Amino acid sequence: MSALLKPLSRRGLIGFGATAGAGLLLSGCDGLASNDKLSKIVKSGEAATQRWQRLIGRDGLAKEFDVSQLSPDFKVNGTHEPVEAEYQAHKAENFANWKLAITGLVNNPMTLSLDQIRRMPARTQITRHDCVEGWSAIGQWTGPQLGLLLKAANMKTNARYVVFKCADNYGGEASKGGAQSTSLYYESIDLVDAFHPQTILAHSMNGGPLSVGHGAPVRLRVERQLGYKQAKYVMGLDVVSSLDGYGSGKGGYWEDRGYEWYAGI
Amino acid sequence: MATMDATAETAPPPAKPYLFHRHALAVRVTHWVNALAIFLLIMTGLNIFNAHPMLYWGEYGANPDVARQWLQIGADTNAAGQDFGFLRIGSLTVETTGVLGLSTGSNGAPSYIGYPSWATFPSYRDLATARTFHFFFAWVLIINGWLYLAFSLASGHLKKDLLPKLKELSIGNIVHDIVQHARLKFPKGEEAKRYHILQKLAYGGVVLVLIPGVILTGLTMSPGTNAAWPWLVELFGGRPSARSLHFVFANLIILFIIVHLLMVVLAGPINEIRSMITGKFRVDPETAA
Ligand code: HEM
Repeated sequence: MSALLKPLSRRGLIGFGATAGAGLLLSGCDGLASNDKLSKIVKSGEAATQRWQRLIGRDGLAKEFDVSQLSPDFKVNGTHEPVEAEYQAHKAENFANWKLAITGLVNNPMTLSLDQIRRMPARTQITRHDCVEGWSAIGQWTGPQLGLLLKAANMKTNARYVVFKCADNYGGEASKGGAQSTSLYYESIDLVDAFHPQTILAHSMNGGPLSVGHGAPVRLRVERQLGYKQAKYVMGLDVVSSLDGYGSGKGGYWEDRGYEWYAGI
Repeated sequence: MATMDATAETAPPPAKPYLFHRHALAVRVTHWVNALAIFLLIMTGLNIFNAHPMLYWGEYGANPDVARQWLQIGADTNAAGQDFGFLRIGSLTVETTGVLGLSTGSNGAPSYIGYPSWATFPSYRDLATARTFHFFFAWVLIINGWLYLAFSLASGHLKKDLLPKLKELSIGNIVHDIVQHARLKFPKGEEAKRYHILQKLAYGGVVLVLIPGVILTGLTMSPGTNAAWPWLVELFGGRPSARSLHFVFANLIILFIIVHLLMVVLAGPINEIRSMITGKFRVDPETAA
């Protein structure tokens, strides 16, 4: 019996040791989080998620709610009010001289006043805003479809992304962890989302003009992605073929700080 | 070995311990991949939870919606001016200083955070990294889970070994198994070769209810998935409800793991774990028989 047991219990012990070791490694070893090779592997999940979601619902619509389901108090998050002088000047004039510039890979670069944007055919949608932190709020948004603006600007054939340049310098939020330096907020989406029917530049919320807290004069709504993609205080759109040259090149303020560019999850 | 073989010829076969092939290779491999994925998913999940340590029921839920909030982990200051951590479920609040809400951070300083640093990965607040790891291991869990299910269906493992037979579900049998467990009497000899009713219910429950449940509720926190499959999130009553249920499923899985590991240790960890690594399980024929 002992002859039979010996080699087996040794193997059993090795197995037990390996398991215990793996457990210790996990609990004690933050080094895994900063290991470059591992980080490349785990980041491959993002592309898999994007491909999968495009496969199962490239044209899917975010659920639209009834006015009775609106959040009574839609939390203001991120920048509450840009302090930058340019923005403050526009705010003082009630955005009368504010203009949205559409530039980059377009045959017809243009600037639009807030009045012109307000007079465009608009879409109104009541949708759920899902924050990366885990909370959700339901709001009603009104504004022209982004696709309409892009068609008017007549994109060149090598266009791949739309970059949203915002007015606010942002310093991050402690609750989101990691190193969070201050820089100009920006975001970007690809053309599938840019031409999605629910992707709008909202100038109104819950039936009134967009408040400063929620991104006046206009903000992006890209309803199939998380809250940090919904850029507020949009000052200009760049149509581009590559995201290099904006921030650290990852396509957005939070993306430059480790968050997924494809925020459908 | 030669001498043992010689004695074996004269004795009846079950009189000495022998090795029994207990777990198929596919079950062993998927079990360990699953265990690794689940450990990382739990630790990154708790880090993600710490970004907003509150849970709600309904279609929306955020800080102002206190009426919809049913769980909160936080910190506050008492009348004596001392900070304390708490867990609140409904109207019940328990002080949890040292573990939840207020604990010692990985740097030794007091940390105002939901789950403590030893329970999370990374051990410090880092939503971006936690999310990246969480979603990668969610893919691992799902693909591995499909492989396990496909094998278990095709080989009959699910029906033969995991699903309880009708007669096993009798109250008498279940009570008997509970009593045996309470007395720490685990099946021996030939009886140890199959799963008994509590084991079947626990494994079957994890494989067919808890893991599918945690995956489906996880998927419906994704706005992209919700646009593609709107019916799924409505099944759970909205994203905040799905998030609450995801938390409940995850906690039931944690409970399962604690009991599972305890049982493995009590039933003889070396033989048990070896059987999940090499497949071989030693059967000691009952001498009293
Ligand atoms: C490091 C931690 C773990 C150890 C040491 C461990 C050990 C074991 C052992 C020894 C068995 C075989 C039991 C027997 O033959 O009677 C087993 C089976 C099983 N374990 Fe674990 N386990 C661990 C983690 C997990 C986790 C995290 C889960 C899932 C949440 C899990 C789910 C299962 C299931 C479902 C079975 C039955 C598999 C089948 O027969 O198809 N285990 N485990």
